[in-house]
Amino acid sequence: MSMPATELAAYNFAYLDEQTKRMIRRAILKAIAIPGYQVPFASREMPMPYGWGTGGVQVTAAILGPQDVLKVIDQGADDTTNAVSIRAFFQKVANVAVTTHTGEATVIQTRHRIPEDTLREGQVLVYQVPIPEPLRFLEPRETETRKMHALEEYGLMHVKLYEDIARHGRIATTYAYPVKVAGRYVMDPSPTPKFDNPKMHRSEALQLFGAGREKRIYAVPPFTDVVSLDFEDHPFEVQSFDKPCALCGARHVYLDEVVLDDRGGRMFVCSDTDYCETRRADGHVGEMLGQSQEAAE
Amino acid sequence: MSANPLLKVSDLSKFYGSRIGCSAVSFDLWPGEVLAVVGESGSGKTTLLNCLSTRLMPSTGCVQYHMRDGEYRDLYRMSEAERRFLMRTDWGFVHQNPADGLRMTVSAGANVGERLMAVGDRHYGRIRQTATEWLERVEISQDRIDDQPRAFSGGMRQRLQIARNLVTSPRLVFMDEPTGGLDVSVQARLLDLVRGLVNDLGLSAIVVTHDLAVARLLSHRMMVMKDGHVIEQGLTDRVLDDPREPYTQLLVSSILQV
Repeated sequence: MSMPATELAAYNFAYLDEQTKRMIRRAILKAIAIPGYQVPFASREMPMPYGWGTGGVQVTAAILGPQDVLKVIDQGADDTTNAVSIRAFFQKVANVAVTTHTGEATVIQTRHRIPEDTLREGQVLVYQVPIPEPLRFLEPRETETRKMHALEEYGLMHVKLYEDIARHGRIATTYAYPVKVAGRYVMDPSPTPKFDNPKMHRSEALQLFGAGREKRIYAVPPFTDVVSLDFEDHPFEVQSFDKPCALCGARHVYLDEVVLDDRGGRMFVCSDTDYCETRRADGHVGEMLGQSQEAAE
Repeated sequence: MSANPLLKVSDLSKFYGSRIGCSAVSFDLWPGEVLAVVGESGSGKTTLLNCLSTRLMPSTGCVQYHMRDGEYRDLYRMSEAERRFLMRTDWGFVHQNPADGLRMTVSAGANVGERLMAVGDRHYGRIRQTATEWLERVEISQDRIDDQPRAFSGGMRQRLQIARNLVTSPRLVFMDEPTGGLDVSVQARLLDLVRGLVNDLGLSAIVVTHDLAVARLLSHRMMVMKDGHVIEQGLTDRVLDDPREPYTQLLVSSILQV
């Protein structure tokens, strides 16, 4: 394996030592073999705090090769702290090519979003997961939740949805919306907005989930059924937005709210920055694009 | 009444090391019958109930249960998945402390609906409708359906727990001191309710209690336990009116007559 820059000779390629990568790869293989099942693994200390994506980073480090092209997003954006630091980390310890373009990347590490562009075969999406157990807030005992997964006792998940409807008149869960994978395991898709749930269904890309603090890895292999749980009379539906993106005019994408001033001014823009930039480069114009450029100048 | 007993218990024993939990208990329970297990504190009543309801594995003995398909199955030879399925469909378990049997952080409606959802009901409107009906049956007003059980009084919680257990129309209900910790007037109301439900639904029940009045009101037959052994069993009225064993005589005569 090629060494990166000489002053980093103390690091193995992609930071983790080969035995650790081997252990993580075994967990990943098992996770792929049992879609949606949470495989325990010996999570390592990483040079970042828990909650910053230690699980995702370990999975990425284990699957990354010198030929890979890496993209890192945080809430859809390539330029936020978490994304920038993790991207810089892998540039430093693995010397891999990085990109912000979804289409060019072979490995995409993500925090809480799935890119708007449809992922294709050969790409790997790595999620950073804070709490892998979808039943955790209803059943605090780990022994019990494992048994419930083993025996496929998922009635409790619907109790949560029932509570939502009873309190809010609709299913008010908007993120970390539980899904059933390949008709068997109920899985927490990490705190992605439920807007992204349909993208997981029969996706061409391999989806890997790493939870560093909770020491769990799970996976959705390509072309696997991922079905969001719901009631017959309250079917699953994704968020919809009244206006298109204020910068690129895109509809049917997930938008972030940006507060503009202290007088109630706000705009809605694509949460996926790469998608938005590409569209603007192609000449799409949203209603506030001119204004924001003036404001910037 | 059907010709086959619902539960056939033979030679059931539970030892905690050298200590006896309950020893060589045998009886049959018939469909629609309510059996009271009475005895002083520490006599093995709850151990027996936990063994019967498979919450605890006995040391020896076997319990045959008459499944809905007509077959007898040994409870301790079933797989855990089958046992748990039985427990949330065909059986009910009413705890002494409602907090043990309820989910305190979800609404009353969801508490009642949980078993329905566990057996695959996925229609919100129907689940809510059933929950409403059951709350009415246990005398909890409909406008409390979205309140959490922690906002309920002790008696209401216990009634909610009963509704939660009965919603899948089980055939066998285990009750561990169902009226313990309730004041006397609430006890009377609850007993009345339980007696009505048992009659209406044709339930079989095994009720553990130290309160002979509860046994008298609810049960057809009773078993008296002492130090882990069943010392006397028979029809409730017979045992209470004409106790044979000295210990039972003592127990019956120790009730305060007001």
